[in-house]
Amino acid sequence: MTTADSKTQDSGIQYDMSKNEIKVAPNDGSYLLDGYELVCGLEVHVELATATKLFSASANRFGDDPNTHIDPVTLGLPGALPVLNRQAVELAMRIGLALNCKVQPSTFHRKNYFYPDMPKAYQISQYDQPINVDGWLELPGGKSIGVERAHLEEDTGKSTHIGGTGGRIHGSDYSLIDFNRAGVPLVEIVGRPDIASPEEARQYVTELRQILVAVGASDAKMEEGSMRCDANVSVRKPGSPLGIRCEIKNVNSVRSLGRAIEYEARRQIVLLEAGEKIRQETRHWDETDGRTHTLRSKEDADDYRYFLEPDLVPLNPDQAWIDAVRAALPMLPRERRLRLSQATGAPADGEAIMVVVERGQDDYVMSVGEAGADVARALVHVKEAFAEQGASPTVPAADLAQMIIMETGGKLTSTQAKTVLAEIVANGGGDAVAIAAAKGFEAMDNSALEAIVDQVIAEQAEAWSKYCGGEQKAMGALVGAIMKASQGKADGKAVTALLLAKKG
Amino acid sequence: MTTHANIQGNIPTTAAAIAEGVRSGALKAVDVLEAHLAQIAAREGDIHAFNLVTADEARAAAARVDADVAAGRDPGVLAGVPIALKDNMCTRGIPTTCSSKILEGWRPPYDATVVQRLAAAGAVAIGKTNLDEFAMGSSTENSAFGVTFNPRDISRVSGGSSGGSAAAVAAGFSPVSIGSDTGGSIRQPAALCGVVGVKPTYGTVSRYGLVAYASSLDQMGPFSTDVRDSALVLEAISGHDPMDSTSIPQAPLSLQHVLSQGVEGLRVGRITDMPSGADPDVTARLEAAFDALKAAGATIVDVEMPSMKYALTAYYLIAPAEASSNLARYDGVRYGLRVNATDTNAMYSATRTAGFGEEVKRRIMLGTYALSAGYYDAYYGKALKVRRLISDDFARAYTKADVLLTPTSPIVAFPVGEKSDDPLAMYLCDIYTIPTNLAGHPAMSVPFGTGAHGLPVGVQILAPTLGEQVMFKVAASLERSMIAAGGAQ
Repeated sequence: MTTADSKTQDSGIQYDMSKNEIKVAPNDGSYLLDGYELVCGLEVHVELATATKLFSASANRFGDDPNTHIDPVTLGLPGALPVLNRQAVELAMRIGLALNCKVQPSTFHRKNYFYPDMPKAYQISQYDQPINVDGWLELPGGKSIGVERAHLEEDTGKSTHIGGTGGRIHGSDYSLIDFNRAGVPLVEIVGRPDIASPEEARQYVTELRQILVAVGASDAKMEEGSMRCDANVSVRKPGSPLGIRCEIKNVNSVRSLGRAIEYEARRQIVLLEAGEKIRQETRHWDETDGRTHTLRSKEDADDYRYFLEPDLVPLNPDQAWIDAVRAALPMLPRERRLRLSQATGAPADGEAIMVVVERGQDDYVMSVGEAGADVARALVHVKEAFAEQGASPTVPAADLAQMIIMETGGKLTSTQAKTVLAEIVANGGGDAVAIAAAKGFEAMDNSALEAIVDQVIAEQAEAWSKYCGGEQKAMGALVGAIMKASQGKADGKAVTALLLAKKG
Repeated sequence: MTTHANIQGNIPTTAAAIAEGVRSGALKAVDVLEAHLAQIAAREGDIHAFNLVTADEARAAAARVDADVAAGRDPGVLAGVPIALKDNMCTRGIPTTCSSKILEGWRPPYDATVVQRLAAAGAVAIGKTNLDEFAMGSSTENSAFGVTFNPRDISRVSGGSSGGSAAAVAAGFSPVSIGSDTGGSIRQPAALCGVVGVKPTYGTVSRYGLVAYASSLDQMGPFSTDVRDSALVLEAISGHDPMDSTSIPQAPLSLQHVLSQGVEGLRVGRITDMPSGADPDVTARLEAAFDALKAAGATIVDVEMPSMKYALTAYYLIAPAEASSNLARYDGVRYGLRVNATDTNAMYSATRTAGFGEEVKRRIMLGTYALSAGYYDAYYGKALKVRRLISDDFARAYTKADVLLTPTSPIVAFPVGEKSDDPLAMYLCDIYTIPTNLAGHPAMSVPFGTGAHGLPVGVQILAPTLGEQVMFKVAASLERSMIAAGGAQ
């Protein structure tokens, strides 16, 4: 690049060739591909929830004082040798099986590169024979995203660079290294480039996260770094060969993932439209300016000199072990949504079911149903009122069931039901009958209601005749008057039904 | 009790006899130790077998052994036996240098499994022996701390890389010692110093705590003055170790009981297409060994090893490749030498430039190149294929023969400095020892008379995987024939 042409495009996007960067205005909400297709594949690293590290007996724990979970293996001391953690293998198999992968005999390689927080100057990772291959993940809407592989590897330590700018090693005064994370088991889940929109990427990661939590493999918290996501992004015209891809790193939330992919796709489209070529490179997502920036180009990439790790033997889990892991897999989010959908009639990918299953409250909803209440009502109430309750709500299922039975039996209006429920939730449970009585929500039976309805019809003859003549607006006046006369105790639905019946 | 004379006088010269005496209470471990420390004081100045003599720790260990005996506790099968350790195995709190400046000042926070097992057996570690830096060499001239001279002729090399451990036994500093063998580093110095040296089957002795040179080839083993002592030490250090994933899940070897069994009916293989180049004085001793075994009732059979001639080349790709990765951790960040510089990469470079010697740098570069993108298939990948072919050759040979016999070294101990500027000539020293490392098989060198200049010649016995018993039978038979001929040394 000889000159630093800065161009201003019609789109209002500034493009600086010298930096291979464009400045797209941060997300304006209009996601336009301008006739291009997005091709995106995600690489997700997840820390396994093992008791100890992948190759040593030090604890795998986050948040303790630096360098308190270390040993000769973790520090890569001369003479130390790795011994594979059985629990890590089991959790990796759970992930693989939950993602419909084939579990196969596998080996470990050394990936050689120098970095101060990499104690051996190589990472032990699985290379050409990973433990899990050829799976898929189904998005809630039904689309399948391929999973190429899900392999085991060890994490590095964590560097903190003091002084200088931006927390980078270059220009810093000195660096501190915490090796507590070094050797923590990771599974890297390499997705196929089947993702066609930022929304699908968000769905993929959200669904994957739920699966990882469901199988007990990880707490999968992107914000804490126990789940990390890199995105490979390219664009092309439909039917054209795949475009050159860029890998986006440093994406720390599901929301950022969508923004980063969208930004990167637009950046590439602007380049292509300007007649430029995409350079294959690794780019860094900057949360504050909402852009990606060049981290390193392909030419600068390390030659990792992979070779078979001579300190470990091949990993050949026998079929009995694989079968036992498969048999012990819990119900996965997709099955949970289908179960709840069948029980309630609500759509499996609708908001209520998605939210409740993500919170892990679907078993609870089912148990409210088993206690005799309407499951669909339980779903709505749990979704609305249990946001703070977590996977094991403190409210006994029977208490919620009793309230719902009163509601559906016409003993509480929906407004009253909400009030009673709020009290039950606030107290971690409660007798709905007693609460309703204390609040003066005594039952109003149909005969009492009918008397009020007849009275209001008589009083508001003009409105009644308009209603009978088909003026829907008139119904509002009638219902309002009936509710007032009943002091709010009438059930809106019952009132409407009565009016309809009397209209004939 | 602290003169040289005692070693030849009251104090036995073998580990077996020392352990027996100490266990029975007839000998004090502290007296045994002092006699050997006196021998070190007398001759170490000429030999330089040790990087460090740990006299204080040894005295404390010997006193514990004597206390155990006095209290009626089992002091272990190696009770009171002084033992020298190659300075590439980790010893808790005691400097472990690999004879490299890059590890200067480093004290491991843990003991190697072998070191633990020796201590548990009552052995008394007396010091850390010199080696070619990171076990890369065949003469112990590549040490950052100076040459180890051959006790048989101090103008000559002791062999390598475990030259210090071989010389310690040959000089009477300890009856037994431990070395490591990646391509011949126990057997070749054993041959040059006129002692017994054993490389067991890969996976028989734990590598946990052995500072890695080439992980798929490294194996630790004993040096001793006679065959029985090597059997005794190997029994004590072998057996499965859960800390080493490549350790074979099996009980410790049982060897001493086979030593008297003889070789009648055994088939001893002669490799007809073995790479030539051994000196005539060495091949003469090999022929004498065949004759001795034949006389003892063995049958001599011909076998072919067509791929053996490629072993050296394959080794010098595989071993440096692994070494380039194993030695990458010496970066100045966490331990050992650090040479400060303007940024991290410059610090790495300055530290490694100052910390590593020429031969180590040569092998790191060789190995890095052999693994590089675009060269892997032509070099490292091809070497792995050769490795398989050599294993296949051995498998075929062992259908015809129970053991194979070769020279250990093509030449007797050479003068210090003769080959130090010619790496290729130095590499050829290991032409007969390398193939077994590639196959993972056991092999040992036993002294079998002398060659040129009256210097010792070793004969190498090769056996199939876990064939240590048959190998030791043959070794004991050769030893008996030497004693019968009245020419043990």
